[in-house]
Amino acid sequence: MSVNQGDNHDHDHDDHGHHKETFITKYIFSQDHKMISKQYLITGLIMGIIGIAMSLLFRMQLAWPDHQFTIYEILLGKFGEDGVMDPGIYLALVTIHGTIMVFFVLTAGLSGTFSNLLIPLQIGARDMASGFLNMISYWLFFLSSVIMVLSLFAEAGPASAGWTIYPPLSALPQAIGGSGTGMTLWLVSMAIFIASSLLGSLNYVVTVINLRTKGMSMTRLPLTIWAFFVTAIIGVVSFPVLLSAALLLIMDRSFGTSFYLSDIYIQGEVLHNQGGSPVLFEHLFWFLGHPEVYIVLLPALGITSEIIATNARKPIFGYRAMVASILAIAFLSTIVWGHHMFVSGMNPFLGSVFTFTTLLIAIPSAVKAFNYITTLWKGNLQFNPAMLFSIGLVSTFITGGLTGIILGDSTLDINVHDTYFVVAHFHLVMGISALYGLFAGVYHWFPKMYGKMMNKNLGYVHFWITAIGAYGVFFPMHFVGMAGLPRRYYTNSNFPYFDDLTDTNVLITAFAIFAAAGQLVFLYNFISSIFYGKKAVQNPWKSNTLEWTTPVEHMHGNWPGAIPHVHRWPYDYSKTNENGEYVIAGQDFVSQVTPLQEGEEEMHH
Amino acid sequence: MTVFLTIVVIALFGITLWQMSKILKLSQAKTDNSQVANDKDNNLQGKLMLAFVIFIYLLTIYCFVQYDSYFLPESASEHGVDYDRLMFISMVLIMIVQILTQGLLHFFSYKYRGKKENKALFFADNDKLEFIWTIIPVIVLAGLIIYGLFTWTDIMNIDEEDGDPLIVELYAYQFDWRARYSGEDNELGKANVRFIEGINTLGLDVSDTYGKDDKITNELHLPVNRKVIFKMRSQDVLHSAYMPFFRAQMNVVPGMITEFAYTPTVTSEEMRNSEFMVEKVATINKIRKEKSKKLVAAGDEALEEYTFEYYLLCNKICGVSHYNMQMKIIVESEEDYKAWLKTQPTFGEQLSAQASN
Repeated sequence: MSVNQGDNHDHDHDDHGHHKETFITKYIFSQDHKMISKQYLITGLIMGIIGIAMSLLFRMQLAWPDHQFTIYEILLGKFGEDGVMDPGIYLALVTIHGTIMVFFVLTAGLSGTFSNLLIPLQIGARDMASGFLNMISYWLFFLSSVIMVLSLFAEAGPASAGWTIYPPLSALPQAIGGSGTGMTLWLVSMAIFIASSLLGSLNYVVTVINLRTKGMSMTRLPLTIWAFFVTAIIGVVSFPVLLSAALLLIMDRSFGTSFYLSDIYIQGEVLHNQGGSPVLFEHLFWFLGHPEVYIVLLPALGITSEIIATNARKPIFGYRAMVASILAIAFLSTIVWGHHMFVSGMNPFLGSVFTFTTLLIAIPSAVKAFNYITTLWKGNLQFNPAMLFSIGLVSTFITGGLTGIILGDSTLDINVHDTYFVVAHFHLVMGISALYGLFAGVYHWFPKMYGKMMNKNLGYVHFWITAIGAYGVFFPMHFVGMAGLPRRYYTNSNFPYFDDLTDTNVLITAFAIFAAAGQLVFLYNFISSIFYGKKAVQNPWKSNTLEWTTPVEHMHGNWPGAIPHVHRWPYDYSKTNENGEYVIAGQDFVSQVTPLQEGEEEMHH
Repeated sequence: MTVFLTIVVIALFGITLWQMSKILKLSQAKTDNSQVANDKDNNLQGKLMLAFVIFIYLLTIYCFVQYDSYFLPESASEHGVDYDRLMFISMVLIMIVQILTQGLLHFFSYKYRGKKENKALFFADNDKLEFIWTIIPVIVLAGLIIYGLFTWTDIMNIDEEDGDPLIVELYAYQFDWRARYSGEDNELGKANVRFIEGINTLGLDVSDTYGKDDKITNELHLPVNRKVIFKMRSQDVLHSAYMPFFRAQMNVVPGMITEFAYTPTVTSEEMRNSEFMVEKVATINKIRKEKSKKLVAAGDEALEEYTFEYYLLCNKICGVSHYNMQMKIIVESEEDYKAWLKTQPTFGEQLSAQASN
C-alpha cells in the first residue's frame, strides 16, 4: 500500500507520487481509487450495452411473435435459425438481462464506480483503506463479467431459469438446456462476483469509519457517503447468504445432495433426491434479493441528494431525516424478503408479517420523496443534465414506489404476482431510478473523473429521450399486467384472451427501441467528451464538497498539499447572514473547508 | 438486405449525431461554452419539466381510458369481491398521491427554474413538516395493512371441516396440468412420484383404497357456489397455478402439497354472456379475423373463432413451453357438474381396464 494515511494530516505529503508508475500499474493493475472507479464504470457500461441489447431482442419477440427477424439469426446463431427465436433462448435472454442489469450494471457499475470515486474524495482521504484489496475487488468483478459473458456461448445455451434461478429448474439440466454448463458458469461467475462485492464493501465501510479528515464528523458527511456506507453494510450482511444459497445449489447440481430437491420425476425417471425444499432456496435467495434492491437504489438516492442540493442552490431538506430514512430503509430491507414469496406455499402467517414490514418501508421512502420535493421549493434550480436525471429519479421512484403498495400487500399480490404488473413496478422503482442515478452521477462527476466536461445539449437530448421512453415502456405495462398476463412468456398467442394486448406490446417495444437509441447519444457524448470535451474547471458546479477542492489533473493521494480540514456540513448553499447577504459576499456556496465566518451560526444537525 | 439496411440506418444515425454535435459546437463557439447550464437552459428545461408532467398526466388518462378493457372482469369467486374492493381503494389512493406528488415535483421544477439574479431560500429543516409527512403515511398504511391482513387471513384460512368443500388435486408437470377429483369419499388417495408407472401417471398409491374412486381429468369442472379446496402437487419443477378470474394463485412445489381455496360464484355461461365479456370477445375476434386474412393470404390456416372459457395458467417459469401450459376451467351448475363427473372413469376402473387388456 503506497498510501500512508496515519495522523499526518498536517504536514505535506512529500513522499507521494514518487514511485515510478508503469502503464500496467497506472491503467491496468492500478490501486488508485480514481482509476479503479473508471474501470468499474467502463466495465459496467459495456455490460449495460449487452443487457439492454438483450432486452431489445426479447421485446421484439414479444411485439412481433410471428415475424422473422434476421437479426435473431445473426446474434443468436442456432437459437435464431431462420429468424425465429427459440423459446429456450428467450428465457435465457430474460435471465441474463436480469442478472447483468441487477448485478453487473446497477450493483458494480453504480455503487462500484461512485463509492470508489467519492468515498476517499468526499471524506478527505488519500485513498481507500486498502488499495490492494480494492484492486482485487475490481479484477474479481472483471473476471466474473468475463465468465458471465462466456456463459452466453455454452452449447445448450446460457442459464435460463430466470435471474432468480429457482431450483429445481436451475438444478436439472433435464428440465431446461440452460441448466447445464450455462448454469454452472452462471454460478461460478456469481460466486466470484460476491467475493468482489464483499471485498469492495468491507473496504468502503472501513474507509468511511477510519479515514475521515479532521472535522468530518458523521453528521457532516455528504448524503452520498451515508448512502454508500449503509449500502456497503447491507451488502456485507446479505451477499454471503446468496453465496451459501449458490453453494448449496452447486452441491445439489453436482454432488447429488438434496437441499432443494425432493420427489422429482423427470424425463421418465425418478430422481433419488428426497427431503429438500425449493422454498428454502427462495428464502435464502430473497434474503439477499430484497436488500439487493436497496443496494442498487440507495447509492442512486445518495447521488441525487447531493446533485439536487447543489443544483437547487439549497441545502437538502431534512438532512437528519434523510440519514434516518437511509438507516430505516436499510434495516427494514433485511426483514421484508418474504413479500416475494406470498404465494410460494410458505405459511400464510408469515405472509401477514411480511406484509406488515413491507408496508412499513413505504414510510421512510415517502419521507425521502417529500424531502426531495421540498428541496426544490424556492430553490434557484440549475438544470444541468445531472439535475434533470435526479428529478427524473424522484419521479420514477414515486411512480414505481406507489405500485409497491399493491404488491407488498399479500392479498393484492395474489392476482398480480409474477405478471407484467410486477415487471413494470420494479423496472420503474429500481431499474430506471437506479439508471437515472448512474447517469446523474456520470454527468455530475465526469469533470472529476476525466477532467473534461460532457456536452450539456447532448445531455438534454439524452435525458428527454430516456424520460419519455421509460414512461412509454413501463407505464402501459402496468395495464398489461392487470389483464393477468404472466411474465416470462415467450409469446401470449396461445391465449386468445390476450390477443387485444398486441398493440400495446408493439407500443412498448417501439418506446424501448426509441429509449435504447437515445442511449447512443449518451455513449457518443461520453466517449467523445473523454477525448475532445472542454477542459473542466476545478469546481464547475460550484459545489461545497471536498472532491472539488482537488486539482483537475488526477494525482496519487488526491490533494497536493495537506489534506484539507472540514469546518461545516456540505449543504451551506445560499446561506445568508442576518442582513440577508450571502455568508461569503457574492458567492452562494460555502465549501466545507471554509471556516465559520465571523458572526455566522453553524447549522445544528 | 435487412442487415444492410440496419447498418445503413445505424451509420446514418451516427452521422446525424456527429453533425448535430458539430453544429452545437459551432453555435456555441461565440457564446458560453462552459457546458454548465445558463439561464437560457434553465428557462427551457424548466418549461420542459412542466410539459413533462402534462405528458405523464395525459399518458395516465390515455392508459386508463384506452386500456379500460384490460382490467379483469368482476371476480368470479366469493373472496374476489373483497380483493377487488381492496384493489380499488389502493388504486384510488396511489393515483391521488401520484398526481399530487408528480404535479408538485414538476411544477416546482418549472416555477423555481434558475435565474442569475434569483436567490434560493436557505431552508434546511422543519420538524413539523417532517412529522406531518411521516404520520400521514403511517395512518394511511395502517388502514391498508389492517384491511389487507383481514382479507388475507380470510382467504388463506382453509378449513376442510367447514361446510362441504370439494377437494381437488391440481397436478402440474412440464408442460400440462391434471385435476384429480377425490371421488365419493371426498378424500384423495395417497400419491408420490415414486409410484409413477404406466397409466398411473400421477403416482397414486395403488394400495390406498381412498385412491380407487379418484378421477383424473384434464379439464377442471367446478360446481358453482361450492367451496373448492385445491391441493397442489408438482412432478418436476416449480409451477404456479394462476386463475386470474378467480383472484387465485398458488405455487406448485415439488416435494410438498400447497393449498388454495375459493368458492366460484359465476358460471362460465354467465361470464361469457356478461356485458364486459361479450364486448371483449367481440374485439378479440375482430383482431383474429384481421390476422386470419393475412394468414390465409400467406397460405396458412385461419385462426379459430374465440369463445370465452375460464383458464388456469402456469405463472412460474418452468421451462421452454412455460408459455403454453394451461388448463380449461368450467364453472357450471351442480347438476351439470355431477353429470360430467359421472362420465369420467375412476382410477380403479382405469387400472382394471389396463389389467384386462
